[in-house]
Amino acid sequence: MKIHEYQAKEILRKYNVPVPEGFVAFTVDEAVEVAKKLPTEVAVVKAQIHAGGRGKGGGVKIAKNINEVKDLAGKILGMNLVTHQTGPEGKMVKKLLIEQGIDIERELYLGMVLDRTNSRFAMMASTEGGMEIEKVAAETPEKILKVWVDPRVGLQGYQARQLAFGLGLEGKQVSNAVKFMLALYKAFMANDASLAEINPLVVTKQGDVLALDAKINFDDSAMFRHKDLLELRDLDEEDPLEVEASKFNLNYIKLDGNVGCMVNGAGLAMATMDIIKITGGEPANFLDVGGGANVETVRNGFKIILADPNVKAILINIFGGIVRCDRVAQGVIEAVKTIDVNVPIVIRLAGTNHEEAAVMLKESGMNFTVAADLQDAAIKVVNELKN
Amino acid sequence: MSILLTKNTKVLVQGITGGEGSFHARQMLDYNTNLVAGVTPGKGGQMFDDKVPVFNTVAEAAEQTGANASVIFVPPPFAADAIMEAADAGMELIVCITEGIPAKDMVDVYEFISTKNTHLVGPNCPGVISPGIGKMGIMPGFIHQEGHVGVISRSGTLTYEAVGQLSSRNIGQSTCIGIGGDPVIGTKFIDALKLFKDDDDTHAVVMIGEIGGTAEEEAAAWIKENFNKPVVSFIAGQTAPPGRRMGHAGAIISGGKGTATEKMKALEDAGIHVCKSPADIGATMEKALKK
Repeated sequence: MKIHEYQAKEILRKYNVPVPEGFVAFTVDEAVEVAKKLPTEVAVVKAQIHAGGRGKGGGVKIAKNINEVKDLAGKILGMNLVTHQTGPEGKMVKKLLIEQGIDIERELYLGMVLDRTNSRFAMMASTEGGMEIEKVAAETPEKILKVWVDPRVGLQGYQARQLAFGLGLEGKQVSNAVKFMLALYKAFMANDASLAEINPLVVTKQGDVLALDAKINFDDSAMFRHKDLLELRDLDEEDPLEVEASKFNLNYIKLDGNVGCMVNGAGLAMATMDIIKITGGEPANFLDVGGGANVETVRNGFKIILADPNVKAILINIFGGIVRCDRVAQGVIEAVKTIDVNVPIVIRLAGTNHEEAAVMLKESGMNFTVAADLQDAAIKVVNELKN
Repeated sequence: MSILLTKNTKVLVQGITGGEGSFHARQMLDYNTNLVAGVTPGKGGQMFDDKVPVFNTVAEAAEQTGANASVIFVPPPFAADAIMEAADAGMELIVCITEGIPAKDMVDVYEFISTKNTHLVGPNCPGVISPGIGKMGIMPGFIHQEGHVGVISRSGTLTYEAVGQLSSRNIGQSTCIGIGGDPVIGTKFIDALKLFKDDDDTHAVVMIGEIGGTAEEEAAAWIKENFNKPVVSFIAGQTAPPGRRMGHAGAIISGGKGTATEKMKALEDAGIHVCKSPADIGATMEKALKK
């Protein structure tokens, strides 16, 4: 789960991670009001959307005084912000973060992630603050310093010092950075974060170390023990169809193609998308209906797929293991009876009772195309597009 | 022959009285798995289906029945605890089916079991099956066939698809391992490959990966140096967009890393037969075995 920068900074503040003073604003008037509360006359007006690259897209501006805050807030609120992460369609800005100005001496990078290779959490630091860390990792990997956290004892002071000295910090900058890192580690672990990025982490002319930007993602699997964090979810930032699908407990991701697909299991769902593409079609979505594909899940699956106007044909691919194919076939027939499916449907059912299922589909009198195997299914659905 | 799940494996089921646990325990019994015990805290002393004794703890079950392997059907908030209980009770093989265990819990578990003499498979996996011997998991037994091809996969139903393609060509399997779709898993590709390397009865391996992480690249490098048996591979998610989690917690392209293209290239460079299409897994293995 993703949250906004202002929400991430509120969490960090709770764990004594130094962040600039700032307030969220939903209107121009609010922006002016909160700017008056800042300790500096200079204020930073920051668009709050989930995508990165906001600065380059014109969503982050410095205001020298209250009048400029008013002016910039008016320009940024409601703007369609396009960044390399939003895609060309951009994202409408609905809220701002108004922050104090900071005297920046150095811009650094600090991040924390799960290192899958070592099955441990790792803290990473780099002198290349403000840059995309992926780019730094690809071009100058030696500029990324990394320490791995032993889960038995947590992040240790010596590891934080190693990073701080590695970044070339001196004097009280070092102790401030160490405090920052240990506090960030606590915030990360206590909230089951899956990613934290402080980019840039800034050192001020006074030697303070603080988070100028903050991005935190959470582990979806751990949200059962963080009900408070679930309230931070912003549905405006998600695809409406995906939000709808999640209500039905369906795992749906919208894509750009025109072949809708409904599959049981995530790996097979990806493989089905792949074979559609290889065969000359374009998948319209990823949809995993899970292990127990019954009438209800199939009906909901159809509703979600058909809500996408680009869909011109549907491929259903079920490998029945424990779930019996005749049950799935029954589910498809029932579902199609109750909703208006106006595009061709190709069905491939394999595994338990698939022969009975094929007969049921054929005898249903409905216009299904039954496929023998995965390749046959892909060919048939792509052919439907041409008709 | 087979790996992990062998003729000497005596299986217990943690969570045997729950909905999933009881259903799949029956399926495992139907497949003639040597299922000797069940564990559900508070239900010790009961009999499951009049044949399998239920115990309160794994330690007690092991002591009374000689069980040496556990398959876990316990809800996510309690699953990490269940794995550690099994490891502490001396289970040599632990298969965790549970999906949705917090990554932080699994980091702790990974550390904990590294001090124990155990193999953890999963979590978030279909389990392990050695055709003809038994199964620990949720895969349909009947699609499998006894034979000499090992299967390692991060997926569930896609593994069944691959196995179906093998069996339909009369290519049997020694052991099929679903290693799981989570970012932190007990048995990684290389761990499973090492076991297949030493198993004389496994003549070739199917390796099914997917987007996310770098486990396939690491496996490719290891295979190049250490593994002489033919390997056929497919990577799911060639059409997956970056930054989106594709169902599995671990299936995400992040920071430009973990793409199918990179993985396929690494595997090809290591001399592995990479199928572009998931429909070609069986046929590619058939060819590889004839060489």
